[in-house]
Amino acid sequence: MRRLFPLLAALALAMTPLTAMAQSAPGPLKIEITDGRIEPLPFALPAFVPRNEAASDLSEDITRVIASDLVNTGLFREIPRDAHISRVSNFDSSVQFSDWKAINAQALITGSVLVEGDGRLVVQFRLFDVFSEVPLGDGLQFVGTADGWRRMAHKVADAVYSRITGEAPYFDSRVVFVSESGPKDARLKRLAIMDYDGANVQYITSSDSIVLAPRFSPDGRRIIYTSYESGFPRVTLMDVASLQRQTVGGVDANMSFAPRFSPDGNRVVYSAEVAGNTDLYMLDITSGATARLTTAPSIETAPSFSPDGSQIVFESDRSGSQQLYIMTPGGGEGSRISFGAGRYGTPVWSPQGDYIAFTKQNAGRFHIGVMRTDGSEERLLTGAFLDEGPTWAPNGRVVMFTRETPGAAGAPALYSVDITGRNLQRAATPAAASDPNWGPLLD
Amino acid sequence: MRTTALLLIAALSLSACGDRLGGADGSGAGGVGAGGAGAIVPGSVNDPTSVAYFQQTVGDRVLFAVDQSSLTPDGRAVLNGQAQWLRDNPEYTALIEGHADEQGTREYNLALGGRRANAVRDYLVSQGIGADRLRTISYGKERPIQVCSTEACYSQNRRAVTVLAAGAGV
Repeated sequence: MRRLFPLLAALALAMTPLTAMAQSAPGPLKIEITDGRIEPLPFALPAFVPRNEAASDLSEDITRVIASDLVNTGLFREIPRDAHISRVSNFDSSVQFSDWKAINAQALITGSVLVEGDGRLVVQFRLFDVFSEVPLGDGLQFVGTADGWRRMAHKVADAVYSRITGEAPYFDSRVVFVSESGPKDARLKRLAIMDYDGANVQYITSSDSIVLAPRFSPDGRRIIYTSYESGFPRVTLMDVASLQRQTVGGVDANMSFAPRFSPDGNRVVYSAEVAGNTDLYMLDITSGATARLTTAPSIETAPSFSPDGSQIVFESDRSGSQQLYIMTPGGGEGSRISFGAGRYGTPVWSPQGDYIAFTKQNAGRFHIGVMRTDGSEERLLTGAFLDEGPTWAPNGRVVMFTRETPGAAGAPALYSVDITGRNLQRAATPAAASDPNWGPLLD
Repeated sequence: MRTTALLLIAALSLSACGDRLGGADGSGAGGVGAGGAGAIVPGSVNDPTSVAYFQQTVGDRVLFAVDQSSLTPDGRAVLNGQAQWLRDNPEYTALIEGHADEQGTREYNLALGGRRANAVRDYLVSQGIGADRLRTISYGKERPIQVCSTEACYSQNRRAVTVLAAGAGV
């Protein structure tokens, strides 16, 4: 198990299958995320059984986080506990499927929680397809430290989500963003990291200077962002564990900004402005060498790698307005992929490689949208006074973005939406927030 | 002291000398006589060598059309005054801040602010100001001066502001 960020609660999380339980064939318990489902799948989640006194509080907390993860996807509906007929007081006792069928639960999640003498936390769970009366996948056991209990709850919810939807998990993940305070004409900004669901907010810079658009490295251990700490906008690299930071790249430029990591984490593609002209550059982090990728007199910015590292999508106003283009990491002119009405900016390649999310401005409104990587199948997911800056969940099925309200009292907040355009949700941040970047699934 | 004495004379003969001291837009000395009696306080808006005079009388900012970085005729007139002032006050350097309104994505607006600041810089250089006295910075949409979400505010936020600093070189 490699080390996780010490800053974010050290947690040795081990996952093991429980006693051999035959892997069931996929039954009818299945959600296709792309099928436009409207009716959430009903599940029953009896409180996880505490296996000792020390586990009694945590078992309830863990159960609530699991339910919250699932319900907030919009794909699941929890059947209230007071409707349950069966009580689960022993994790290993046999399931009375008829009792769960009677309340129309399609999925049943049972679990147990043990806090050992050394403080280790052991969480076990099983998932059942009620109408087929079979387990869906093996039971699993997670072992970690008690202060990492939220992560273990997310792991359970991730397993349930993945088994039922067939999609990759995303709940056990973090988001880096800009926390904002103060009036609109003197906004204070600082970087913060939170769990994907808004819990465990940690501030990682002061608000002494403007910070913009942080992005995690692929392994989540570093953050690259734009900082005015030197007095001028500069691409800055931070180590998450130590919070050590340094200016990188664009040393000769008047301004460097819009950085994003390559999939292998060894390079950073970014924008730099020289004599008023913004172009794209590539930095090799190890050697410090930079290479210029574009040379047009237009604005080239907001670059994002494809997950296989073979292409970069970016925005340019060379046609007269912001549009999206794709080029190879070696640079060049690139080829345009956006052709709809309005302006397109901030493209971000999905982790699966299948879509590009973007910000669109048209007819006085802002939208978050997705399109295929050739520009086809454009779909707008949101529309508002000011939506911008999408970022993908690790499984590429949910997008988070900034939504800012208008006027003197206007303030930004983080929202998420499915790539189907459903389930718009405001993320629970303690203050105004902008520029989210969704990190990788933790391990 | 010599400057102050000259200014005092200028103030006393306002109608005759106003244009010569007031810079290109001719409005420069307008406030001098209003104070009535007495000397010009160095550093005050009445002191043509002061930062306050540059900001308020010469004009420290130019405005831009939506998504544009080209200078307007009004903008060039203000910059002619800035160039004159910078020629007359060679001990000052300037940082030109480019700004955008909130109707744009964050990164594009940073680049746009860079373009606007550089348009001002290029113009001042064309008017004979040494490039080594001028530096630019973009704030994108991070520092609006007006906070409403209508064109009345946006038009004031699409700006480039020339911020003076004493001392040679930037």
